[in-house]
Order: sequence, then C-alpha cells, then structure tokens
Amino acid sequence: MKLSLEVNGSARDIDVEPRKTLLDALRDDLLLVGTHAGCEHGVCGACTVLLDGEPVRSCLMFAVQADGYAITTIEGVATAPGELSVLQDAFCETHGLQCGFCTPGMILTSHALLERNDSPSREDIVEAISGNICRCTGYGQIVEAVELAAERLRKANMPRKRHANEPNRGAGATHDSPRSGFLEASESDTPHGGGS
Amino acid sequence: MKAAQFEYARPETVTEACEILVRDDNARIISGGQTLIPMLAMRLARPSTLVDVYRIKSLKGVTEQGEAVVIGAATRQVEVERSTLACQKLPLLARALPWVGHQPTRNRGTVGGSIANADPSAEIPLVAVTLGAEIEIANVDGETSMPADEFFIGAMVTSVMPGDCLTAVRFPVWSEERVGSAFHEVSARKSDFAFVSAAAQVAVDEEGICRKIALGVGGLGDRPVSLDVSSAVGAKLDDALIDDLVREACRYLETYGDLHASAEYRSRVAVALSSRSLHDAVADAGRPRPANTEQAR
Repeated sequence: MKLSLEVNGSARDIDVEPRKTLLDALRDDLLLVGTHAGCEHGVCGACTVLLDGEPVRSCLMFAVQADGYAITTIEGVATAPGELSVLQDAFCETHGLQCGFCTPGMILTSHALLERNDSPSREDIVEAISGNICRCTGYGQIVEAVELAAERLRKANMPRKRHANEPNRGAGATHDSPRSGFLEASESDTPHGGGS
Repeated sequence: MKAAQFEYARPETVTEACEILVRDDNARIISGGQTLIPMLAMRLARPSTLVDVYRIKSLKGVTEQGEAVVIGAATRQVEVERSTLACQKLPLLARALPWVGHQPTRNRGTVGGSIANADPSAEIPLVAVTLGAEIEIANVDGETSMPADEFFIGAMVTSVMPGDCLTAVRFPVWSEERVGSAFHEVSARKSDFAFVSAAAQVAVDEEGICRKIALGVGGLGDRPVSLDVSSAVGAKLDDALIDDLVREACRYLETYGDLHASAEYRSRVAVALSSRSLHDAVADAGRPRPANTEQAR
C-alpha cells in the first residue's frame, strides 16, 4: 500500500504491506534506525516517536495508519546535523544514559513534555516517562537531565531583567526605547538571555 | 512478533465499515489499536481484514446531549482528558483516565476501543458500568443501544455481534449541585493492569445527606461490576455507614485469583478501595467548586 508521511519535516512516500508497523517502516524503509525496536508489543517505550507532536509507540501502529501524519524521530530533534538539542545535551551532561537503548524514546517523550510544560515538577517528569523502561540508570539521572533541560529552555525564553540604574527605564523611557522586559540585541551577550 | 498478513480498509462512514464487516466474517475493527496490535503481533488474533474506523468523523468528539455526555467511539482518550466538558460533567471519568495505560498509549487509544476490548481490569468499562452508561452500536440494519451492564458479558467478551460497530458511549450526567467522585486502583506498576480498581460517585444535599450514589469495582472477576449501595440514599454517609455498606456489597463478589494476586487478596483490596473511594467521593462532594459552567463550552 502506498502512503505519504512527513518524517522530520520532509515528505516521504513509501510502499509497504499493511502489516508493517510504523517502527519497521521507519527502520527498514526509511533507514532511520535511531528509533529502537525493544519489546515490540507496547510495553517498553523504546520505539516512541512523535505523531503530530504527541508521543506514541511506533510498534503499536501500522505504517498505513500513519498515512498523512507528521512524524518526528530522534533524528529530527537536533537543530542541525552534528548538533544536539538542549535536551540531548542535558542527557549527556547528567549521564542520563548508559547503554543508550531507551534514550531515543526517553528524549522524545521528554521533548513532548517540555513543549507542553516548560516548568515540570519532578512528579510531572516521572509521570511523563513512566511508560519508558530503562534498565541501566535507575531513572535518577534521566529525571535530572529533563530538569536541567527544562531550566535551560526556560531561561532561553525569559526576558532579561533590566538593572535599576539603566537610563532608559521608568519615567525616563521614551517611545524609542523598548518596553520593559524586551530583550535588545546589544543586551543578549549572556547565554540564554542572562540568569533569572 | 510480526502480524500475519491482512487486508486493510479505511472506510469513511460507519455504514461503509459495517458493509465490509458483513461481507467478510473474519474482518475486525481497528480503532487506536493499542491492544489489538500486540495481539496481532503475537498472532493471538488473525483477522483477514482490518477495518480502520479511527478517522471516521462521526465517531469523534465529546458532546452534551440532554442529560448525557456522548463520547464518540473513536475519540482518543487524551482528547477526553483535555475536554473541559467531560472533566466538568463526568468527574469520575476524568479521575479514571490518568490510570488508563500511559500518556503515549492514551494519545492513540480510544474510548470505544477500550469499551469494545472489555478487559476485566480496564478503567473506562468500569466507569461506564458504575455510572450506567449506554453503549451505542450500529450495523447494516440500523442502530441500537444497550446499558453497559448488559454489554459486558465476560473477559474480553461483549454483546457486540459480528457486523456490529460500536459508535458512541452515552454517559449520564449528574445534575445535582454537590457531586463528588473518586477512583482508586492497585496494580504492580504504575499504569499496569489493575489487580483491583474502585470507582465511586455520590451526590449529597446541603446537610450532607446522600441523594444519589454509585459504586463499582473492576479487576476482581471477568468484568467490572456495579455494586448495589442504594440503601445509603437518604442517610448521612459517615464512616460507620460506609464501612457497613461496602462490607455488605462486597460479600458475594465473584473473585478470581492469578499468579499476581490471589482471590483472597483481591477481595480484601476491593473492600478497602471501595471504602476509600466512597470516603473520598463524599469529601469531594463537600468541596466548593466554581459555579461557572460556561467554561465547558
């Protein structure tokens, strides 16, 4: 059966048997082997991908059911080839992986969480990744990684606080000066727009 | 762990889907597929044709119709979780949904799929039985409906006949001012199959006198059951009454044991969770809630 998918932003047409799972289509037909085949019956979460931005298990879906949907795999989360996303970087930094088998699923599940909620509590994170099994880390460092990434993403999105002695502030501000809270290019010298 | 070969059909209407089901005895409906696909992968099911109803528009959505909230069979569980209407009008369902699978399976799994699958430990069937929901079914001859209580016959066995397509679940809305609900479950791991689950909903008046009460338990036998606790109507639901009610209601429950939990254990947990659910539902009913129901729209 012929179908059209949008995989990591590019349109891909494939011809598959109806019985082929989305997981197998991604790995065998599109050669995107970052999506891992773990239990293949919906228990481990290693094959998690984003379907229209929401995490789903690609082993619990036939490719034909995904016809017309936008799919994001682990290959599609980084900003550019050779780069890592903020979340991927955080996993490296906190040692949020050992063997790495569960990692693509963990990253995509957490990625979807952070898109919805930029300041998740520890409980929110644990709840979000509760459907993903990791046999190495004991989950502690994975939760830390998501917390770290959340903090960094939050800071990157936060308007920089002005200093009290800046001239273009309060009553002295003219219509040429930006409204308070806006970030000017000249001020964005600190990474992620400065601290909180 | 790969499914056997099958034909795949994606009809656009329920009528079309029913026609395929009539033509082919061995055709099966697939909705979210979160239970059916593993069964196909393990070859526990080998249908000749899969009729995908997931994209049929008339099977989608949460709407208010009179004294009921009607949920289309192919409405994803996550959509009900996010629906203000469902959360306000069906508080018990809203409490049960986070227990259904995990977020990634709720993103695909549908309400009708969970009902049609009829797992004895599933949460949505338990809520349907507890609240006395009506299950709507279509086939080539027309449409029928039946109470959830009659719909579930045994473990994974329902009144759905070959050629039938479940179209919607009609959950009754309690219009009383003070309604409280609670849901509790014990399982080996978070979101794993429930050993026992209990659902309760109560309506009380200003003095705390019970006006309406519903209690159900799942995971014990081959299907979820609604317990008769109607004797509490007109009385004040205090601790002593709840304990008596639950002990009496759970006395003759059919309970199965397995490798994971013995029948004795399940019976004990059923009593404990039922009491806890009723306690919490009464406390919930006493809590002030925002009067603005317009938000639901």
